[in-house]
Amino acid sequence: MHSSKEYVALMELHGDVNLEKLYEVFKMFTGKIYQRPPLRSSVKRSLRVREIYSIDLLEIINRHVLFRVKCESGTYIRKLCHDIGLVLGVEAHMRELRRVAVAHIREELPVVTLHEVSEAVYLWRKYGDETLIRKVVLPVEYIVAHLPKIIIKDSAVDAIAHGAQLAVPGIVMLSNDVKKGERVAILTLKGELVAIGKSFMEAEEIVKNEKGVAVKIERVVMDRGTYPPLWKKAKKEEKSE
Amino acid sequence: MIFLKLLEGRGIEFVKRLDSIANRESDYIVKSEDVTDERYGYYPFERPINLYIEYGFIPLDKPPGPTSHEVVAWIKKMFSIGKAGHGGTLEPKPPI
Repeated sequence: MHSSKEYVALMELHGDVNLEKLYEVFKMFTGKIYQRPPLRSSVKRSLRVREIYSIDLLEIINRHVLFRVKCESGTYIRKLCHDIGLVLGVEAHMRELRRVAVAHIREELPVVTLHEVSEAVYLWRKYGDETLIRKVVLPVEYIVAHLPKIIIKDSAVDAIAHGAQLAVPGIVMLSNDVKKGERVAILTLKGELVAIGKSFMEAEEIVKNEKGVAVKIERVVMDRGTYPPLWKKAKKEEKSE
Repeated sequence: MIFLKLLEGRGIEFVKRLDSIANRESDYIVKSEDVTDERYGYYPFERPINLYIEYGFIPLDKPPGPTSHEVVAWIKKMFSIGKAGHGGTLEPKPPI
């Protein structure tokens, strides 16, 4: 997910540093920073720019520094700790890390433990009681809650599920913040996620236009055949004419 | 759970609740009229349990230790031993 991330990290300094200096260096690392991905990383190790939206000191005990960092996707916090240590002149490393938010998905919302999932599955399988499953599992739509949205006609759903692009006539309504080149979620009138894609048009263009491809589909979520394949019928009729 | 109450709603109401949960304040523009056919698909909270799981997402509090990859494998295993014959398409996606 290419969205903002939020972490709480525990950094251990290798020497003593006064609080003022620490605040100063945290400030230096706020905003756009250069970062080279660490040796053990899953991406190409070239210097890249990442934005740190904020760093807040939560607690400091001797050489242990607990802080909260909000940053752009693709920022390595272990590396951030290392680099902060270098600038402080005492060196430092990351001891512990917890991700507390990805975009709008935050830990204060109901995050569940593996035990709770296991319990829910057990109750369902053993006693056919699905109430806990319905609390532990959330509808997939929740994941795209942060995206601009386009709601489509029933008749357009199956074509999208088969990989077609979304054309203007299939649209019922849209949020006014749909932007050209940006990601949108495509939903049914029942609120089911059909797919996500990149919009080819601004919201106003979609409203104005009568035809044309509005969204290039990137990922289909809904199973084929959930809605009737009206587009196939239309094709056949065209042929027989 | 209070949170689930915030999400509940059907159709457009549900979509608007998604927006409010993500702090989105956007208005909707109606392009054309259409009515959904109740015979197809399901309102997200009314999906039968196997579909509810298939189109489900678990905001999982991953403990330190096991990798995300391992945890996903466990979750898949837990759910695929569900109702006989419906194991194949179950794929909950824990993202955190």
